[in-house]
Amino acid sequence: MKNYLRFLSRCFRLSFVGDARYYAWMFLLTSVVLLGVNAYCKQLVAGLATTGMTDQVSWGFYIANFTFLVGMAAAAVMLVIPVYIYRNRELHDLVIFGELFAVAAIIMAMLFVSVDLGRPDRFHHLMLRFNFPSSMLTWDVVALNGYLLLNLHICGYLIYCAYMRRAPSKIFYIPFVFVAIAWAISIHTVTAFLYSGLGGRPFWNSAVIAPRFLASAFAAGPAFLVLTLSALKAFTTYQVSAKAFMTLRNIITVALTINMFLLAAEAFTEFYTDSAHGASARYLFLGLHGRTALVPWIWSAIALNLVAMVLLYTPLSRRVAILQFACVLLIVGIWIEKGMGLIVPAFIPTPLGEIVEYLPTRNETFVTLGIWALGLLIYTILVRITVPVLSGRLVFDRSFASATAEHHPQP
Amino acid sequence: MTGVRIWDGPSLPARVTANALNRRSFLRVGAAALGGMAALAAALSPLRELGSDQVPNLEQFLQKHYKQMTPAELEEALERIRAKVEKRFEVRPHLRDLKPMEGVEFGYALNLSRCIGCRKCVHACVAENNQSRTPEIQYIRVIEMPRGTLDVEQGTHHYDRPLVPDAEHFYLPVQCHQCANPPCVKVCPVEATWQEKDGVTVIDYDWCIGCRYCEAACPYWARRFNFAQPKLPKDQLNPNMSYLSNRPREMGVVEKCHFCLHRTREGRMPACAEVCPTGARKFGNLLDPHSEVSEILRTKRIFILKEEVGTLPRFFYYFDERYPNSLDPEAIAIADDLRAKEGAAYGCLPGSNGPDTEIIAAVTPQWWDGRTA
Repeated sequence: MKNYLRFLSRCFRLSFVGDARYYAWMFLLTSVVLLGVNAYCKQLVAGLATTGMTDQVSWGFYIANFTFLVGMAAAAVMLVIPVYIYRNRELHDLVIFGELFAVAAIIMAMLFVSVDLGRPDRFHHLMLRFNFPSSMLTWDVVALNGYLLLNLHICGYLIYCAYMRRAPSKIFYIPFVFVAIAWAISIHTVTAFLYSGLGGRPFWNSAVIAPRFLASAFAAGPAFLVLTLSALKAFTTYQVSAKAFMTLRNIITVALTINMFLLAAEAFTEFYTDSAHGASARYLFLGLHGRTALVPWIWSAIALNLVAMVLLYTPLSRRVAILQFACVLLIVGIWIEKGMGLIVPAFIPTPLGEIVEYLPTRNETFVTLGIWALGLLIYTILVRITVPVLSGRLVFDRSFASATAEHHPQP
Repeated sequence: MTGVRIWDGPSLPARVTANALNRRSFLRVGAAALGGMAALAAALSPLRELGSDQVPNLEQFLQKHYKQMTPAELEEALERIRAKVEKRFEVRPHLRDLKPMEGVEFGYALNLSRCIGCRKCVHACVAENNQSRTPEIQYIRVIEMPRGTLDVEQGTHHYDRPLVPDAEHFYLPVQCHQCANPPCVKVCPVEATWQEKDGVTVIDYDWCIGCRYCEAACPYWARRFNFAQPKLPKDQLNPNMSYLSNRPREMGVVEKCHFCLHRTREGRMPACAEVCPTGARKFGNLLDPHSEVSEILRTKRIFILKEEVGTLPRFFYYFDERYPNSLDPEAIAIADDLRAKEGAAYGCLPGSNGPDTEIIAAVTPQWWDGRTA
């Protein structure tokens, strides 16, 4: 117990130690978080009128980011499966960074739902009258919190064992790893059901939504990990093998291809049928009655994803720099596709045929950026602590100072 | 080293160096912490604008769900609301909790051959139900439809003619359909909305957390959200109110048509039916075989909107089979009569964009966007 508390206090201290680049990065993130806090305070005072949302388009940027981040969190599983089921050695030590990202992503996802609430002061009503199993939103609350706890347990246990220099006992984490695999699929499925279960929104009322969510998440999540691992490689002494990058590349390529296939299947059904059912899809891809706000978004998303796919399929992306570039393209592409391309068009036209367009306001954008910055801040701290622990520099029987020597590569 | 030497010894003992370092790092950490706190305080500063009535007091915070309150607790809650309304509007409201009547299930029938599109129902509803006036929240949306279709996408929401009805169109008013299988109730995560025994789907405005999932789920676009602090002038308050219907709402909660249950549960007509100049709107008890609504369901060729979504509405429409190609001539005569009597005041009363961004921009200070208040 005493050791554990000391571990926590050392982690806390360690998160304040770093070189100039670390301080600059943390300062930048903290500033953006504060801007977000400021914007959210304004929203608390003046209401959600500070956002671009209306009764016509009653969900916007917040819910879009929420959806995207649930997918990113679920994607950690794409590292876990190769390691624990196919015994892939290359990825073994990297799994933990995926799971840590899942923790940060879930926290961001929850914050996005929270800032979308009109009455955050009544949050506790969720505990007092929980409409389970009728409301898919309550399923999501269970799924997200469960997934957060699972990942906190797995990461926390493994890191603490490394700190204590003892071999983790399998019984304490292997069962949880397998539960987490199923759970990861479930969080994104439940989030998709949140939308696809609504008969009054034809654009969402489609069985392909859940598989598409998973496919896009399994492309964007590992792509984000490629970027994270690149940063680890560049800024720390932590070793990431080229093979690990290539394994991720394979995963991303397959997932992105499936995602594009499902998108095409969806588009075919809507456009070939050409029924009133497809009004939202028409609005999204082509515009409706001269209103075209989303058209540039979706086509740029498709273009980004296609370019990324071509890069991933050609040998060019065996070079890590090209792989990173493709990853950036596809993360942006999928973010647009999930956000402006999936949440917003379901509201346009309204069930009564009215077309009101949506664009996020400045305040809404600041809140969004603030949450992203907070998530990255959390992730940075988690990684900052994990790297010296895993590389044996922060262990219980060595002094704290030995852990902070990180940025000077050891002979 | 040119600085003043404080210590004259041959060499600095390790402990002193450590202390000096600690002092220096203490100052540095202190300055950083102070700067951080100042930045945080600045970030939080908009909260100073928070009105005292926007922050729930302890009693409001602990108030239970409508269905969980004992009669005494409900009476306390009602008294709290009365006091709040009295403070805000300087009128003692006639606020009570009306329960559904035994043997009653409400239903609505709307004769599309008699609707002249004047939107008097829209505005009578706003006057009755204490909706926010700026931005104005309206429960009824009248759509001007071309003849020969029921596809609402072909309709016009913001028709603005000097005179209605237009001969080329018919008018389709839509409000909450009080479905028997309501998707909005199904999706609410906190059971803040439910269907009552008399078929009315109600909302506990003190329980709603404002997630707007119900708004996304409704196939009839019947629900409205208070995006801004509702503004209702004192002299426009309707003091006849009940807990589950038209008591003044707060920011951040959802509301919708409740068939004027503070009237209908006392045997009166809803405001929209009462005001309709042509008698296009018929309201009554579906369980009473002698009611006008039951008679219509038996004898007219009624239909419901979006039957395919399976919501089983209690709101029925029909066309008068005697006039397949025009409105009921009697309704047209009534419209002509109104035009003569009301002069310039007649016409299609203003529609609404709902709490649209443009309206909100016009009525709410834009300080959050960095412009002047």
